[in-house]
Amino acid sequence: MEDKGTGATIAASQPATGGTVKTRSFASNISKFREVGLLGFIVLLSIAVQIRNPSFLTLENISDMATNTAILSILAVGMMLVIVTRGIDLSIGAILALSGMTAALTVGAFPDLHPALVIMLGTAVGWISGLVVGFLVAKVGILPIIATLGMMNVFRGLTYMISGGKWVSAHQMPSSFKGIATGSFLGVNNLILIAIVIYLVAYYFIQHTRTGRQIYAVGSNPDSAQISGIKSKRIIWLVYAIMGSLAGLAGVLWVSKFASAQGDTASGYELSVIAACVLGGVSIAGGSGKISGILLGSILFGILNNALPLINVSPFWQMGIQGGVILIAILVNAFVKRGVDRSHLMRRRI
Amino acid sequence: MKKWVSTLLTAVMVMSLLAACSTKAPGESSASAGDGNKDGKKKHAIIFKNTGNPYGEKMMEGFKNAVEEQGNEAILKAPDQPTAEAQIQMIEELISQKVDSISVAANDEDALQPALKKAMNAGIQVLSLDSALNPASRKVHVNQADPERIGRTLIQGVAEMIGNEGQIAILSATSQASNQNIWIEWMKKELEDPKYSSIELVKVAYGDDLRDKSVSETEALLKSYPDLKGIIAPTTVGIAAAGKVLTDKGLKGKVQLTGLGLPSEMAEYIQSGVSQWMYLWNPIDVGYMTGYTADALVKGDITGAVGNKFTAGELGEKEIVADGEGTQIMLGDPFKFDASNIAEWKDVY
Repeated sequence: MEDKGTGATIAASQPATGGTVKTRSFASNISKFREVGLLGFIVLLSIAVQIRNPSFLTLENISDMATNTAILSILAVGMMLVIVTRGIDLSIGAILALSGMTAALTVGAFPDLHPALVIMLGTAVGWISGLVVGFLVAKVGILPIIATLGMMNVFRGLTYMISGGKWVSAHQMPSSFKGIATGSFLGVNNLILIAIVIYLVAYYFIQHTRTGRQIYAVGSNPDSAQISGIKSKRIIWLVYAIMGSLAGLAGVLWVSKFASAQGDTASGYELSVIAACVLGGVSIAGGSGKISGILLGSILFGILNNALPLINVSPFWQMGIQGGVILIAILVNAFVKRGVDRSHLMRRRI
Repeated sequence: MKKWVSTLLTAVMVMSLLAACSTKAPGESSASAGDGNKDGKKKHAIIFKNTGNPYGEKMMEGFKNAVEEQGNEAILKAPDQPTAEAQIQMIEELISQKVDSISVAANDEDALQPALKKAMNAGIQVLSLDSALNPASRKVHVNQADPERIGRTLIQGVAEMIGNEGQIAILSATSQASNQNIWIEWMKKELEDPKYSSIELVKVAYGDDLRDKSVSETEALLKSYPDLKGIIAPTTVGIAAAGKVLTDKGLKGKVQLTGLGLPSEMAEYIQSGVSQWMYLWNPIDVGYMTGYTADALVKGDITGAVGNKFTAGELGEKEIVADGEGTQIMLGDPFKFDASNIAEWKDVY
């Protein structure tokens, strides 16, 4: 636990506990895994949907579901880091649209551009957008919700400006660009692969690098973090830049996947991402959140989006069911988490 | 810090003031200026939403054709920005030019009312096209979409594609979208015809006009109904998303796709054959019919009341029907976009 060394009081961040005790039984390990409630809920939900529509747990559907959820899960990584520092980023839907539109217009003008360069361009657009947001939050000191709300409109406006309000359609994009999202490696869709790589890198970054741990320190106790010599402002700036870069990357993937760029692309998508984070146990109060949690949160969201059309209920019920399932998932997760925390506490006393 | 902020704020305000001024200065494209009234020519004006819109340019082209066919003069106008203010200023100019009719594709349903009332008091005939004005500020509205013809044509189209047999599904916008719901009603009415007895409408899915949701809904349709033969998507986001899914899954030819969509969005899928053809109204025809309607109003052939009939050039005889409190004229059959004409239209709108 390097956190202790920094002097930050990290009651809520628990990632190191899993690895320290290998001798304990599997059951007690599972009981320490706070997201076990969410995992159980996902399994139950999947069984229920499978009974209703047998095509749910087919390889094709699981692959479709993973492909459709990849973008959300990528964004959830960035959003978790932002929320951990007690912030929030409402501008990511707009950054996604801006980067997607930039990429679409660029490949429209230069069809021979290599897809990797387009991805880099989109990510760079997102990175710059994130830097601006981060500057406003960290250096100017504007509240994250206000700064990102403002920048959301700025980025959305920029998207309309560069596109002139027009859409970029499938026939204006070269097939190499559309291939980013449709291509696959060893039978696994590129989007899924990109998401996996990002999760691995993010896991290493927040668990095993000093900067990664400092993010949690800044979030759980900003004052102690400051006193212990962490450059809080720089860390906060960094998380918004990471968030922006991921949103930029997601924009390219989005436009490539749907083969269409609109000014209102992914409008309101930030709320889905925030919801996936909260579902995954990321505390809005900051300081706590796990990669495994947001992965499960994203998966639950993906299952909902995929399963609701499959279970053939009236569209009027769909939204209600979606809200109900999310609420139940959070409740179950909270109860199980409370139980796990209590058993942790008891073990500590003994 | 405070000083800095207030300076910045002042700067922003000055900028926005300047911006506001510039939007009020209208850019216009008069096809033929001058006072043609002297030689007995009627002056028919059209105001579109904004300049640089290829859809609007096609509409104005149709309007000009109709007006010039009858030996009259067309005045084509469109503001730089799609605002009601800019349109009001144009209406004022047209009133002082003493035109005979003004056709407006309204940027705001209600905001133009005072200016248009003034025009009507000056004896100018006012009608709307594309985007309707409220009934009080127009004589008649030219509606591009005849819900009955759209609904029936879509079913006829899909029946032809699937050989009059098999399961079909509809992928709509939101469950509350009034346009789509009326079209779906008419589709269901058309399906009652005994000749479609082998066609089964299995589901109406709602993609909410969101790309991701439309894709999920299309994928769910394909999985829930493995024998699905055709999809009708009467919304552009839906039909393009369905086209993308069918392309990615290699279902071209196995599942047919038609509906209503923007030619630019659908060009890819129509050229590849995933969707053999789809429909939308033709903006040239909308403008063309507006030209004839304006002339009929000016001549006094029609007054804009329900039941009035007149001949709209090549489009044949049209009848005015009720539309809420006001009246409207329906364009008729939607226009068919297929591999033969999509290349020409994909850059238009």
